[in-house]
Amino acid sequence: MSVRRLAILSFALLIGLGPTMLAAQSPVSYSAVTEQRLLNPEPHNWLMYRGNFNGWGYSPLDQITPANVKKLVPVWTFSTGANEGHQAPPIVNNGIMFVTTPHQQVVALNAKTGDLIWRYKKELPEDLVQLHPTNRGVALWEDRLFLATVDAHLIALDAKTGTVVWDTTVDNYKNGYYLTLAPLVAKGKVMIGTSGGEFGIRGYIAAFDAKDGKQVWKTHTIPGPGEPGHDSWPGETWKTGGVSVWLTAHYDPQLNLSFWGTGNGAPWMGDMRPGDNLYSASVLALDVDTGKIRGYHQYHWNDSWDWDEVSTPLLIDFPKDGRTVKGLVHPGRNGYLWRLERGADSIKFVDARPYVTQEVFTKIDPVTGRPTYNEERKPRAGATVTFCPGLWGGKDWTPAGYNPKTQYLYIPANENLCSTLVGQPRPDPYEPGKPYLGIERPKTTMSWRQGASHIGELQAWDMTTGQRVWTHKFPFMNWGPILTTGGGLVFLGGTNDRNFWAFDAKTGSELWKFKTNSGITGVPSSFAVDGVQYVAVQSGWGVDAQRMQARLDTFRGTKTEVPQGGVIWVFALRD
Amino acid sequence: MPRRRSVPDLRPARRAVLKLAVSMGLALPVAGLVGAQDDRRKARPQVNDRLVFAGGDRKGQLITLVDLPAGGPPLTAYPMDPTARVVRDDSRLNQILLVRLDPTELNGDTRARAADGIVAYSAVCTHTGCDVWDWQPASSTIKCPCHFSEFDLKESARVLNGPAPRRLPALPLKVVDGAPTVAGSFVGRPGFETGG
Repeated sequence: MSVRRLAILSFALLIGLGPTMLAAQSPVSYSAVTEQRLLNPEPHNWLMYRGNFNGWGYSPLDQITPANVKKLVPVWTFSTGANEGHQAPPIVNNGIMFVTTPHQQVVALNAKTGDLIWRYKKELPEDLVQLHPTNRGVALWEDRLFLATVDAHLIALDAKTGTVVWDTTVDNYKNGYYLTLAPLVAKGKVMIGTSGGEFGIRGYIAAFDAKDGKQVWKTHTIPGPGEPGHDSWPGETWKTGGVSVWLTAHYDPQLNLSFWGTGNGAPWMGDMRPGDNLYSASVLALDVDTGKIRGYHQYHWNDSWDWDEVSTPLLIDFPKDGRTVKGLVHPGRNGYLWRLERGADSIKFVDARPYVTQEVFTKIDPVTGRPTYNEERKPRAGATVTFCPGLWGGKDWTPAGYNPKTQYLYIPANENLCSTLVGQPRPDPYEPGKPYLGIERPKTTMSWRQGASHIGELQAWDMTTGQRVWTHKFPFMNWGPILTTGGGLVFLGGTNDRNFWAFDAKTGSELWKFKTNSGITGVPSSFAVDGVQYVAVQSGWGVDAQRMQARLDTFRGTKTEVPQGGVIWVFALRD
Repeated sequence: MPRRRSVPDLRPARRAVLKLAVSMGLALPVAGLVGAQDDRRKARPQVNDRLVFAGGDRKGQLITLVDLPAGGPPLTAYPMDPTARVVRDDSRLNQILLVRLDPTELNGDTRARAADGIVAYSAVCTHTGCDVWDWQPASSTIKCPCHFSEFDLKESARVLNGPAPRRLPALPLKVVDGAPTVAGSFVGRPGFETGG
């Protein structure tokens, strides 16, 4: 029925009616997204940022396999009309696809045909600064979807029509607060975190009532006076200490906890804010009902490398010493693969090991996981320091994936890169909305290790043993978020040659690639309509992948052009 | 998406009220005065505006020729209404980049807009609106640290590298009483395309 209605809509579109008007006249049949559906997403749907609350980036669909993936072809495409970094996954609910693009646009499409159902576009303020012109996707709940915007609004749209249901101003963008993440929705609350660490914000996570957009709770990532951890910030530094949150949390309904990764401190040089700087570069466990912090683990203290640890740990249960650990697994920007244990009131360290060359940590405390540093490799005020991995780390925001069939974790990594940072003698005075980095910007450079043969890697780690099982090497960098499937495949883009890749999830063999319009940093998803499995991804290069390319070009004396412009690609097997 | 006016003016209705009030010798209500001042603070640079430091220790102070040594580095300024001494700092898009270059190195258009070798441009990147710059003195170019767009200040701030879609709007200057002074409107619209 819904497909038929969509077909009628598509026809009406062809004869020239505007999508919003159309939708108002002939509402789309839409399956409400209940809490139960979010807890147990149907295999044919992709209802949230990473497909499930565990954050696996996994689709159980198994029609496309290593044996037939060579027959994968594009079945439709859609130009978004936008440039910059297209990072959001195509999110699919019973044949209707929702995609966000840079410049705060949402399109609703017939997931089978690619026909447009409606388009929403927020007009942005003319005086906005977009340091990260991107958006990472919508969240679904009931008959609504939620969009967090780069001018710090949280907006609820009617999923059937694209009309605004409510629009809440989360913060003042003029002070450097902005939102790029896909919200997390659980128990009727829409949860977001704030970007803006580069501008010296004081980061926080907040929940809003999905019904009316009213704030339910707000928890700062930097403790205020009287709160535990406040004394890890000297003087007034806590007010402008950054610690942003810009990726979607994962959620354990049994523990009623959401798990959030946090960013580095501001300014970047740790000796400008001596102390551990809680809860920077950490994972925070927040009670979904109250926002109360139930546990945390700080991956590294007093960050000085711009190693945001905003990537959210995957909820993976793994065996260790004869028991099953309810785990949190995080390939860190700091180049270590962290395994932690999640509990109702604590996060405990299990183990950590480098997954790329890491020259900063000299040891990890076997009980607490606290690293000790080679101080020569710790950037500081008034000094020039080179360190590896570089400031984009072993992996930046691009999410890792986990396949419960192989029990492998898939990491999109960058190996052999190093950065040089020059600390200002003292940071420029804080000004709201202005960069607050404490570095001599023009002197920041990137290099790669002498004799290195490659940069990008796709790594597979066996979670039953904690060991790496295979690595695929790419000549240049890899900025590809991971999709893995029940059919035994791993999909990603991420390379500057515009390819979308498929690998055998078990062996790491390269099986298929397809050259798209632009470079891919989008999160891929998989879904099925009428019994046909599709794989979808946005191609549209920009933001940090483009920045890294520019830095590497400067280092190598080359000029690499990766064309911009967003296109949604949907693939299926050729009959 | 409709384009915004590059030079928002006093709104006609308010202008009419002001005229009427002046002609009738009436004292304006305080709210009206505040409103008028707000508009002046938002308005784009006007002919004869002076320039003041946009930030730092000398924020708000008048910029004179001695503040602009040959060869840079650039300063960031806001325009100031010379009569009412209202600084037009209520729009980030009013930030102006000022630098003194060798006049013989400027191209024709740039030289025509320069005063004593001082050139002025919108300080807001046309890519995504960043407003801090890394000065590269050897080439008289500036680089945006956000996404690495590079502009040649000798040649109407044309784009040399990076994702910026167009040059920075230039601002014509003259010298009045030893201070760089605005001699015309921005050549082009400051800011970036918000529509995507």
